Order: sequence, then structure tokens, then C-alpha cells
Amino acid sequence: MRHRDFTAFILPSALAMLLFIALPIVSVAVQSLFVEHEQVLVTVENCGPFGCQEETKVDPDATAALKEAEPLGRFNGLGTYLNRAHLAVTEVGEILSDNDGIGDVISRIYNLPFYKALSFTLVYTFLVTPLSMIAGFAVALGVNSIPRMFKGPVIFLSLLPYIVTPLLGSLILFWMINSDGVIGATLQWIFNDPELSLKASPGLTWITLIVYGTWHMTPFAFVVFYAGLQTLPQDTLESAMIDGANRWERIRYVVIPHLVPLATFVGLVLLMDNFRVFEPIIGFSAEANATSLSWSIYNDLNGSVNQLFGSAAATSILTMLGVIVLLMPVLIRTWREFNRKAR
Amino acid sequence: MKTLTTTALAAIMAAGIAGTAQAGCGIEGGSVRILANDFDALGLVIDEAASCAGDGVTVESNMTTEHKSLQVPALTVDPAQYTVAVVANNSIVPLMNNDLIRPLDDLVEKHGQTLQASQLIKIDGRTMAIAFMGNGQHLFIRGDILDEAGLEQPTTMEGILEAAQVIREKGIMEYPLAAADQAGWYLANEFVNTYLGMGGSFFEPGTAQPAISGEAGVKTLEMMKAMTEYMEPEYMTFTADEMKAMYLSGDVAIMNQWGSMVNGHIDPEGPAPEIGAATVLAPAPTVGGGSVPASALWWDGFTIAKNISDEDAEASFIAMVHGIRPEVAQENPSAATWLMKDFAAPETAMGVLGTAQAGAKPYPMSPYMGLMHTALGAELSDFMQGTESAEQALADVEAAYTTAAQEAGFLQ
Repeated sequence: MRHRDFTAFILPSALAMLLFIALPIVSVAVQSLFVEHEQVLVTVENCGPFGCQEETKVDPDATAALKEAEPLGRFNGLGTYLNRAHLAVTEVGEILSDNDGIGDVISRIYNLPFYKALSFTLVYTFLVTPLSMIAGFAVALGVNSIPRMFKGPVIFLSLLPYIVTPLLGSLILFWMINSDGVIGATLQWIFNDPELSLKASPGLTWITLIVYGTWHMTPFAFVVFYAGLQTLPQDTLESAMIDGANRWERIRYVVIPHLVPLATFVGLVLLMDNFRVFEPIIGFSAEANATSLSWSIYNDLNGSVNQLFGSAAATSILTMLGVIVLLMPVLIRTWREFNRKAR
Repeated sequence: MKTLTTTALAAIMAAGIAGTAQAGCGIEGGSVRILANDFDALGLVIDEAASCAGDGVTVESNMTTEHKSLQVPALTVDPAQYTVAVVANNSIVPLMNNDLIRPLDDLVEKHGQTLQASQLIKIDGRTMAIAFMGNGQHLFIRGDILDEAGLEQPTTMEGILEAAQVIREKGIMEYPLAAADQAGWYLANEFVNTYLGMGGSFFEPGTAQPAISGEAGVKTLEMMKAMTEYMEPEYMTFTADEMKAMYLSGDVAIMNQWGSMVNGHIDPEGPAPEIGAATVLAPAPTVGGGSVPASALWWDGFTIAKNISDEDAEASFIAMVHGIRPEVAQENPSAATWLMKDFAAPETAMGVLGTAQAGAKPYPMSPYMGLMHTALGAELSDFMQGTESAEQALADVEAAYTTAAQEAGFLQ
């Protein structure tokens, strides 16, 4: 393809990416460096149906003048990134310089909102990604070996968890694990413990969310691996059988090596997706026990009255950096393979 | 062809509007566009206001639970997208902060004959909103269970704890209590209620400095934690709606529930009429030996946008005053705790009115209260689950609030 044709071909999508991906990211990055203007407060008397009270209020004229002068807000540099709601540099410094041992350090750092959210996000990502890949691979192998006439319905059923909207799926499970619900009541009966509740303790809530996440993401891994299985070189498989390889050995030495490039792709997508975990936390009302980075952004923007755009923007940028760091090993690997093939 | 269809449609619509034309409530003309939260009592008011449409007056409305995130951007544009924003104590604050609503004193004088003085929300001497209904949490008690346990009706939170103990000991219910303790808005709201009952104040007077980590704060948390002893272990996921479901399935004996939800609980046509019949509605309890009920009072009212023409503002005001005229309250007495003139409050409104008469405090209207509410909702859950001390939880709340307030420009 000539360069000019290539340019004409790629231009519309490049333009769209610039407009709808690059520019918003730049705007979020800029936003994260600013905080709101100083609010000029005055104390006034408020009266209503329940009597009168002294209250402060914002003096809109004085504040409007400040806004006029600096429409973007006050420049705060990296201040928002370093404050308690994000990297909490001062607080972490204090904890590190004055503590009662490593356990104390961990529990106090975990008490800071960003690190709390990061902990769950990382644990979730690093458990759900491999678990759903393994489960997806197993389902793909199973579906691949059933008779042709059952394949259609089985594939549809296996895809169902992925088709159900995450919020809806998590809500349905949430009701089922309620102590009056099917799963919750059964668990109480099995363990003979009427106090047992999957929603009450942090550990059980984490397990619930991770199981849900695996259930939800498995079909994605399944569908990709299943497609990969259709391209298995039959002659290699047959020669392996002639060589006396049993089913497990065929999987280990023929199927898995064939699917490794696909696994890289699945892993990449799952890592990105799982790092942005959000809906199950809302669906399971799990805020008390598990928060994620995406949930922090939501919480900043969905405050009861005020919206903290700077804070949300800073968390967004940190999330993006997190995704890049996570994907780095996979990207480097892909790059090397690409170079090797090019040579 | 397309033009023809459009013209025909326009003609049909014009005919339709002309056909339903009424007196127009005395409005000469203009456009009324209402943004409101979505619940039944508001729908009633808005339907009444919409009956003013006709004769060059249009009334449109958007009822959505996301109204709070819409209102500031929608009223900032000029002309504003909505002429009326229906608000409550907390949601009027961002409109005030950004100077998006107009003083109503001249309109009240001209068209507000049916309003009572107590309905006017005066901020710094100027009327900024017209309230039409009150709300608040108060006690919903299963009278039959109290009788069975041989108990008097409790009026304090300490009394509720004792009653719960008796109900449990007599084997009537293992978990007789419930509170909306879901981490987030609800949990913070429970704190606000109890803390107001303890006589606490959220900020240093006249400033945005937080002031919750004192003795009243610790006592508030201890009381909230003590109540959870008698709640199902999943209490950190309870919302007001969840409580309603639990109450209607007979799992709860005593709870502090929203006055606006009374009808759903005692509905004779509802899922549990026998529970409704046994329900006693009582004012919110006091706490810690204080006399102030542990419940924040709320009002719902309407405001008129600033960035609209005076004609639209006048039309909007008249339509809304028509929507909240005293007859609406008289014809629908059980729909809400109305604040209108000559409203003979039925039994269902007595919980909220009794709480107000006992001297409950309104939910604070400070511009930074929303940030405090968010901080409370996020940081109190560790304490509620017993993994943190009350002092540490309150220190965390103050730290989280301070960070947010600095970013919002309230603290330096």
C-alpha cells in the first residue's frame, strides 16, 4: 500500500481517536492539576418551616469575581495527587517514620482510601484474570469435545454470564446470597451457622466479588479459546496420538502451545477490564468492605452535593498509569515477538 | 412530503393544546420547565402545576433521581434549561453557591397569597425557595410485638436498646432492630441524625473547620454500634428500601424510617396489611439524655432559575403555587407531610410533625455539608464493622473531609 493510501485509510479513525480518546485524556490530566477557587464565606440567618438557624453560605458575587480571574480554578500542581485521598505522601511518611512494626504499617496504610482501593483492585485483578482464563480454557475444551448437536445451546448457556449486564448479574447474585436468599440460606444450613453472611465480613465479601468476577469474565476467555481450538492443527494432534500421547499430554504439548498467543491477548484484555472493576461493588453494596479505583472516581463525582472533579481526574490518571504498568510485561513480550517475526 | 407531515403534526398538536386550554391559572404566557426528584408526592404537585398549560403557556417536567447532578449545569446555561428546580435542604446548596436561583420576594408578594410565612425559605432575609412538604425519619414500631413482650413504647434510643434486649430474651425476634446503615449516603445520614440528637455541631461556628471528633461524636458512634448488636449481621448493606422490605416481611420490630415512606408500610392493600395495622408511628427518639429528637428534618420546595426571562419566571411561579395550593394538600392528605395552610394532618403525618414539634433540627444547609456527608459515609464503615476505634474513625472522617474541602476551596 502506498503511503498516501495508507494515510487516507487510517485518517478517519486516527482523527476519531484523537478527538474522543486523546483529547479527553489531556483534558482530564489538565483538570487534575487544578482545584476549585477559594470560596468566600459569609454567615447569614436561614429561616424555614423548622425555625431559623445561623448558617454560612458562599458569597456568590465575590466567588464569581475569583472565577472570572481564573476560569480553570487554582493551579495546584501535583498537590491533588499527593494529598490524603490519593498517594497520601505526608501520611505515609508519618506512618513509616513512627510505627509499631510491619503489621501496624500495613494496617495504617490500608486505612488510607487510595491504598485501600488499590489493594482490592490489585487482588481482584490478579485473581480473577488467571482464574477466568483457566476456567474459560476448561469450558472451551469441554465444549469442543461434546457432540455437534449440543454445541449451539451449550455455547449460548456458557456465554450467558457475559451477556448479562454486570450490574444486573451482581444484583441477582446479591439477592441470592442474602441470608434469606437461596445461596445464603443454604450456606447457613451447610455450615450450621445462622450468623454466617457473605456480606458482613471483608474477607467473605472479597471472595464473593472475586467469584462473581470469575463467573462474569470466564465466557470471554472461553469464546476466544474456543475459536482458537477450531484452528488446532489436526495432523499434529493425530501424530501425537500415534506417538501414544494421552489426552492430558496432547493438551499440554499441542493445544496449550498453540493457544499461547491467544492467551496473551485474553490476558491483556482481562487485566485491563478487571483493573477497572466497578459494577459488582455497587451491585453487591460492598463499599464498606471493598472499594476500587473506579469506585473512588465514582464516589468523587457522585457526592451528595459537591463534585470533586480535580480529585476524580487525579484518580483517573493514576488508574491509567496503573493499567500501563500492569500491561508493560505483556506489551514488551508482544513487541519482542513482533520483532522476532519481522526479522 | 416531509414538510407536509410536519405541518400536519404541528396543526394537530396546536389543536390538541388549544383543545385542552384552561384558564391557564391566570398566567399570561410563558414556558414552565420543571426539574424534580422522582417520588409520588412530587409527581402530584407537578401534575397539578401542569394543569396550567394552555393559552400560550407550556408546562414540561423532568422527574429523575439524578436531578442533583443535572441541576447545576442545566441552570448555568443562559437561558436555563429548566425554569423550576424542585430541591430539598441539601440540594438547594449548590444552586445557592453558584448563584443560579432568583430571590422570590416580589413574586411572593404578587402571587403568593395562598402561601404561609413558614413555607418561605429565607436565606439572609431573601426568599429563595418555597417549601411545600416536610420529611424526616421517625419511629415505626410494631405495637403487637411490644404488647407480646409486655413493653412500653420506647421514646429514647437507650429505651429502644432495652426493648430490643427484652424482645430477644423472650425469643420473639433475634434481630428486632434495623437502621439504614449501608456504607455511603445512608450510613452518613444515620450519623447525622444521631449526632444532631446528641446536640453536636458539625463545624466550628462560621467556618468550614470540622468539629465532629469530640465527645458527642464518639457517643454517637457508640450508640450506632450498640444498635447494630440487635440487627441482622448484614446491616452494612441496609438501605431505606431494604428496611421497608424487611419490615413488611415481619423481621423488624422497631426502626427509624422515612416519613415519606409511611404509606408503603401501612398500606391496607399492600403485601402485609396486618403489619401495617399493628404499626405505631411515633416521633424520632431522643438520645443521650437530650431533648432534641435524633433525626434531621428535611423540606422539599421549589426554586426559580435566575437565567430565564421574567415572563417565564412569573409563569413558573404561578404554576408551582397552583401546584401547591392548599386544596392539593386537603385532597391528598396522606400523600405527604404537607406544609400548606389549613392542612389537617392525618395520623400518617404525625411522625414527622411530632418530630418537628419536639424540636428536631433541620439538616444543615452549610455549603460544605455535602463534603462532610460523603466523608462520613466513606470513613465510618471500618468502625461499624469493629475494625477501628471510634476516635480513629472520626479522625479519618475529619482528614477525608479536610482533603475534600481544600480541593473545593472551603479550607486553605
